[in-house]
Amino acid sequence: MSVFRKLACAVLLLVVSLSMAANWLAPAGYAKQYRTQPNAPPTRQHWLGTDEVGRDRFARLLYGTRISLLLAPAAALISTLIAALVGGLAGYLGGGWARIAMAVTDLFLSLPWLFLLITVRALMPLNVSPLASVLVTFLMLGMLGWTSAARVLCATSRSLRGSGFLLQARASGIRGVRLFLVHVLPNLTPVLYAQFWISIPVFILSEANLGILGLGVAEPMPSWGSLLKELEGLVSTGEEPWKFAPLILLVLVVTSFQLVLSNREEMAA
Amino acid sequence: MAQIPGKMVLAATACLLVLLGTAGAQGGGELRFCLRTEPKTFDPLKVADDAAVSIRYLTGGVLLRMNRQTQALEPELAHSWKVSKDGRQITFKLRSGLSFSDGTPFSAEDVAYTVQQLMDPALHSPTGDAFRSGPGPVATKIISSTQIAITFPAPVAGLDRLFDQVPMMSAHSPKGEMAVLGPFMVADYRPGATVLLKRNPNYWKADAQGRKLPYLDSIRLDIQPNRDVEMLRFKRGELDLINSLDSEYFDKLASTSPQLVHDAGPSLDSEQMWFNQVSKAPIPAYKKNWFRSLSFRRAISEAINRDDLSRIVFRNHAQPAAGPISPANKFWFDSKLHPQAYSPDAALKLLETEGFRLENGTLKDREGNAVIFSIVTNSGNKYRERMAVLIQEDLRKIGMQVNVVTLDFPSLIERIAQTFDYEAAMLGLTNMDLDPNEQMNVWLSSAENHQWNPQQKSPETAWEGEIDRLMRAQAASADAKKRKESFDRVQEIVVEHAPFIYLINKNALSAISTTVEDASPVILHPQTFWNAERLTVRAAR
Repeated sequence: MSVFRKLACAVLLLVVSLSMAANWLAPAGYAKQYRTQPNAPPTRQHWLGTDEVGRDRFARLLYGTRISLLLAPAAALISTLIAALVGGLAGYLGGGWARIAMAVTDLFLSLPWLFLLITVRALMPLNVSPLASVLVTFLMLGMLGWTSAARVLCATSRSLRGSGFLLQARASGIRGVRLFLVHVLPNLTPVLYAQFWISIPVFILSEANLGILGLGVAEPMPSWGSLLKELEGLVSTGEEPWKFAPLILLVLVVTSFQLVLSNREEMAA
Repeated sequence: MAQIPGKMVLAATACLLVLLGTAGAQGGGELRFCLRTEPKTFDPLKVADDAAVSIRYLTGGVLLRMNRQTQALEPELAHSWKVSKDGRQITFKLRSGLSFSDGTPFSAEDVAYTVQQLMDPALHSPTGDAFRSGPGPVATKIISSTQIAITFPAPVAGLDRLFDQVPMMSAHSPKGEMAVLGPFMVADYRPGATVLLKRNPNYWKADAQGRKLPYLDSIRLDIQPNRDVEMLRFKRGELDLINSLDSEYFDKLASTSPQLVHDAGPSLDSEQMWFNQVSKAPIPAYKKNWFRSLSFRRAISEAINRDDLSRIVFRNHAQPAAGPISPANKFWFDSKLHPQAYSPDAALKLLETEGFRLENGTLKDREGNAVIFSIVTNSGNKYRERMAVLIQEDLRKIGMQVNVVTLDFPSLIERIAQTFDYEAAMLGLTNMDLDPNEQMNVWLSSAENHQWNPQQKSPETAWEGEIDRLMRAQAASADAKKRKESFDRVQEIVVEHAPFIYLINKNALSAISTTVEDASPVILHPQTFWNAERLTVRAAR
């Protein structure tokens, strides 16, 4: 493991640990409004200052990180499982099944995500708690984000169809679901791992983009998306560098993920 | 006798020619600012969007003009006018010897032509809608070339003030709508980029010294929807003014260049929230009971800290709202009304009278339902989102759980105007006109914009019936005092029954370069260039 990868692992570990310790590091919570100090610069009491309605930025960053880092892997897991089912099976079965499955995948790929998410949000019941809004956001991301991984898995699975060990398994009388679960799926695991790790930063960024558009996680709950929204507009950022903290953290985490991921990809290869 | 050298004669002649050449141009400079959208039309009678309204203001010549500073009506193309006692007829005496920008003479015939165009149902003029007081045609009678009487089928309240929005069009000019009587005329239009206005050479006004108005040579309107870019260009000196500024931008600019920013005080704009009281709304019956309860609505109003909304969200560039009309509207504001004082304790007491009780920090109604509801507002409006977060916290203090939902504007409008699938909403109201007649479509119970319970066949509550009666009474009267009495009572009923919970009135904020002389920002649109004909821009840049 290179020094960079070790460093990336350490960064990820530190960020995860800090976010998990949010209750102790920021006991007042992410929603408390210090109304006498809105837009305050960093002080001893508020390390990253306060936001426009007087909430502690550091507390919101810690809790927002926890939400984004917990739920992005969950969404990645959902999308990888769907991709394994659709792509893996399509490649394994081949023929008409593969064509239909890939046509569906292409259809999903061609969907305009943003408008779809806006429509889904508009159709959702309004009275959902902030926690439910977080879960729904990441669930939607997971349900929609499986398509690219499905194509990769379909190709990998197809390449396994003519392999010697499958011929031998078939000759031994193993068929259908058992053949897929016991012999095909384990051989897809490295690709599945890689797709899982790739999806995490993608979903973190997707949620951040949704937050900037006013979709996604509901107030007062923070997420990286809602925190990044503060960076909108030139005037709000120029002379207040501490507002860049969520952006710096996002870049740091995504870069660390990529560095760790490159090791995984090498392992998969 | 010494001869004057030929070169000197030539030089002197050249200087004379230059001086003669510049005598026509007054050297008032070019004023530059941004339109935030593309103007949809240059036809002054079809104008509906802000950009086109600005161009109409700068180019259109009107019979009467409301002075944006004093809010009083002043003569323009008409030197006098008279409204009949029954409010159905207005007679104008026009100035003589005036002509359009292309030289076509102006007469009573043009006024008749403009009014006929304005009232033509096929044109669908938004400006004309305000004049439609009843069924039947509008009659125009040309008494002489400088005198005309216009008769409407029914009384039109505030008839004379409505003519502030009606630029006169030429009945004979081959240039049609591009022949204008205002201080400027459209010289060039590049879609998506610029509208260039140049001085109207035939403009009729002159200053006290007899100098022809306008002073400015031209106005360059850059089409720029991005406010950050607008601000950046203003800071660089590429723009001379920003007509309407956010409080955040205002403070940033004020911190470095306080001489450039202007806070003219409360504007006509208000922000308000309301509860869905529509009978057929797809929300639980117990919630409908809350929203229809006067004590519930008044308690919410008392539990909202409006001072904090103004101080935190608008950085003190807003005032807690007292009611439907902003104090900026000098004549129509009911001075008996005052902003609701913040008192969560009083709010809780009021709720207790309706059977609500606080249990472990959660407010429950008589049947044990926890008070949870959502407030919808449009996504992308950071000020409204911040207000919603503060209100969420204020109401949490009295045990209510509020979910803040931001929706894209079309989805929001669909919910509040068509499906009625929402619980509470928060939006703003932009008032362009001072007269309450503009708000008929809000206050009448049968109106589409009667947001809390629109399009009622007959008023569902006695107080809504009373508002209907008072609004119709004021609209049918030509007596300003009686109209004021009726509309004051409307304001008091609205505050008493809180169908709209008024939150704040935003201040009119603007930025003007020091190179612009004689600018005097006001609260009414167009805040900074209402006196464009008397502005000058110094050349030093």
